[in-house]
Amino acid sequence: MRRTRLLGLLRKEFLQIIRDPSSIAIALVMPIVLLVLIGYGVSLDARGVTFGVVDESRSVESAGFFEAFATTPYFKPTDFVDSRQAEAALMRGDIMGFAVLRSNFSRELASPGHAVRIAIVVNGVDANNARIVSGYAQGAVAVWANGRRAERALVAPGAVTLENRYWFNPEIRSTNFIVPGLIALIMTMIGALLTALVVAREWERGTMEAMMVSPASMAEIIVGKLAAYFVLGMGSLAVSMGLAIFLFQVPFRGSPAALIGISAVFLVVALAMGLLISTVARNQFVAAQLAFLVTFMPALILSGLLFDIESTPVWVRAITFIFPARYYVSCLQTLFLAGTVHEILLPNVLILAVFAAVLLAAAIARTRRSLE
Amino acid sequence: MAPAAPPIVVVDAVTKRFGKGPQATIALDHVSAEIRPGQITGLVGPDGAGKTTLLRLIAGLLKPNEGKITVLGQDSVTAVTTVQHDIGYMPQRFGLYEDLTVAENLDLYADMHELDGTVRQERFASLLAFTALTPFVERLAGKLSGGMKQKLGLACALLSRPKLLLLDEPSAGVDPASRRELWRIVRTMAGEGVAVIWSTAYLDEAERCDSFLLFANGRLLASGSPTDFSRRVDGRTFLITVPPGHKHRVQRRAAADPAIADAIIQGERIRIVLNDGATLPDAAVLGGTGLPQPVRPRFEDAFVSLLHGRTAPRSSPAVPEESTSTAVTDGAAIEAHDLTRDFGAFRAVDNVTFTVAPGEVFGLLGPNGAGKSTTFRMLCGLLEPSAGSARVAGVDLGTARAAARERIGYMSQRFSLYGELSVRDNLDFFSGVYGLSSTRRRQRIDWALESFELGPVARQTSGSLPLGFKQRLALSCALLHEPRVLFLDEPTSGVDPLMRREFWARIGALAEQRVTVLVTSHFMDEAEYCDRLAIVYGGRMIAMGSPDDLKRRFVSDTLPDPTLEDAFVALIETQGTKAAP
Repeated sequence: MRRTRLLGLLRKEFLQIIRDPSSIAIALVMPIVLLVLIGYGVSLDARGVTFGVVDESRSVESAGFFEAFATTPYFKPTDFVDSRQAEAALMRGDIMGFAVLRSNFSRELASPGHAVRIAIVVNGVDANNARIVSGYAQGAVAVWANGRRAERALVAPGAVTLENRYWFNPEIRSTNFIVPGLIALIMTMIGALLTALVVAREWERGTMEAMMVSPASMAEIIVGKLAAYFVLGMGSLAVSMGLAIFLFQVPFRGSPAALIGISAVFLVVALAMGLLISTVARNQFVAAQLAFLVTFMPALILSGLLFDIESTPVWVRAITFIFPARYYVSCLQTLFLAGTVHEILLPNVLILAVFAAVLLAAAIARTRRSLE
Repeated sequence: MAPAAPPIVVVDAVTKRFGKGPQATIALDHVSAEIRPGQITGLVGPDGAGKTTLLRLIAGLLKPNEGKITVLGQDSVTAVTTVQHDIGYMPQRFGLYEDLTVAENLDLYADMHELDGTVRQERFASLLAFTALTPFVERLAGKLSGGMKQKLGLACALLSRPKLLLLDEPSAGVDPASRRELWRIVRTMAGEGVAVIWSTAYLDEAERCDSFLLFANGRLLASGSPTDFSRRVDGRTFLITVPPGHKHRVQRRAAADPAIADAIIQGERIRIVLNDGATLPDAAVLGGTGLPQPVRPRFEDAFVSLLHGRTAPRSSPAVPEESTSTAVTDGAAIEAHDLTRDFGAFRAVDNVTFTVAPGEVFGLLGPNGAGKSTTFRMLCGLLEPSAGSARVAGVDLGTARAAARERIGYMSQRFSLYGELSVRDNLDFFSGVYGLSSTRRRQRIDWALESFELGPVARQTSGSLPLGFKQRLALSCALLHEPRVLFLDEPTSGVDPLMRREFWARIGALAEQRVTVLVTSHFMDEAEYCDRLAIVYGGRMIAMGSPDDLKRRFVSDTLPDPTLEDAFVALIETQGTKAAP
């Protein structure tokens, strides 16, 4: 490694990054767009769900029930007199579901020992969403029932009250775990996709060949390239962190040093993957396709970013182990929501480090031979 | 030039294979050669001959499977780093970073060679002056003209004062004036003792080298001094004068004559090369007039005569017997009137006007970026002109583009075949695209398979075929709907001379049936086959006439027998710098 050569190569890479609008777009604009789009767009929470309350009894008690739905942030209740109207509204998609209070609602409430029946109907097309909505509706009903009991000081002796505590994400905001996961996606994009593209371009234009014949060693060429895109990747990490913490208000409970260290290791993994892809695909089109298939898609669907790995079938879970993004997503979610939990972070970082070493060695070996 | 100087590169029985097992392709087959300092050695051969592979082996980018290469006394594999210190290498497309400026590119290469302060500044100054790039140091390399890119690439390769300079097709696609300047620069370097290896598909460049290595299909066919090589056919090369309008027929007869190894159209005459020991046939028998005039042999004459001796002589291609000939259109087949095309502020084509008569072979000749392709696309109806009008086969492209397209056949440089489909599937597909009825489709496909000799390979995937077959298939696809006008985009760049002859024989036969042919080329040799030429430069047409006309304009005492390239360079010079991009 010679300083002059390395600095020369680094300067070249940065000049190219600055002059090529597509690098800037991928490194800086893309993270912002991805975070804003997915961060706001893909929310797995029920919030402000339109919900009908069919009130056939028209009583003070039923009005109190309606209030219980109106006061939670999760529902926007609409009042219906007739269940047929509510059904029609559900059909049209105006409401996600409805509760039915029959005409004898207040009478049943008044007679002790008589169970009050409340029907809850939920649009079940999106099963996941339906479960969430029905859960929240039951919650709202429970809140209302507790309130009534407290009012009348009629707590039955020995009655069990369930108190849920959601650890690490007490508000159960899905943003809190999606946004950290997205950072893994962004780092994959910059590390793998951008690197694969720029190296493929060097092959296409014959500049790689020219560099290889110059006294610069393969190691210098690769280090120069990786260092530049490493800096770019860490830059977008900073941008993404800023957005996550200040725009999305995701709590960050871990240590910044751990975050930077782990991200650095993952970035090397992604860069090595990009380099490896560029040795297989020597033109930008194939490189982009491969990078999407081999790095971006797994990082999106098989990393635990959107879908919980633990709830997938065993064979799918087995596949996720070969994609490095999974380990990084797990670290990120831990660092953001739980803190610096060494028991989780250490094994994951070790695995990432092994990935980094193996992929980098393979990439260097292949680049050297890739003219053959 | 000291003939006793020890070789700087020794290539010893080198074989290079790509891939493994039975599918392996042999890129170089037991090649041995020596490269001497102070000389320009030409690596000559068509595309796929093994030129680039040999350069990469010498540069240490590839390892030979067998044999060994010694560069400057060191092994190219084990001492690769030491070797690379003394090598200047310019890959195809010059190896420049297009989004860096001229100065930044030079700086990068200087950094790679660890040139410091004063040495660096001195070399920059001298190389920039040498290549006349000083005024452009702040310009992005991507925004330079082809000739300037080539010079910058060369300057970068020369920064380290290499003892060995490897140039991979440095002159491909650049204008003749830039090509000459490049030769001047490289000649100077050789004069200072540098060993230069210059790879090229242009046979006329081989003549300018001090020595050459001629490759075909990975084998070294011949080597030595080009003068000695040409001398092999001394006294066997002649020009036959032909009555107007008979050149294709005479050429065909001559090519079929057993005494003649090679017969090509050169302007309005036919150039022939006799077989060794054969007697000169009577020109009148061939259809010529007067006595054949002996001419100085060229490199290409010797090359073709050599190939002719090795391969069984091909029967000249069957002339497609078609009714196309009777469809004589009145007036011009192609009319371009004040064609202009702007891309933003850049005027790619500027007021181009010409007409082509039915059955004429018309060439648009010019370097890359001169506006040939843009003109071409406007005439095919692929691009709307910014101003002016065009008529093809009697149809106005502005108003009846679809009708015009039915009468146009188009063959692009890259052949536009579907590589995954078989030969027959390609023919079937293209006949479908042209909307042929099922009976006519069958007839035309049979015609294509037969007259282009594609029958034996009809079931093979077209991507796996040798270049010559691909070219025939592409041409037959373009002719399926019996077009009146045929557009050819750089049809024979990079193919070997025999294939080029075969191709042009077919084109000649078509022209005799009054099919009009428009060819673009940056290849001077290709231009000789045309009846008339328009020379395009900087978006404008700077001259038009028959090849002989154009050459005749520049006959002088110093140049009694100018080539088309001489004419081209002289034309550009008289245009001055205003046309330069």
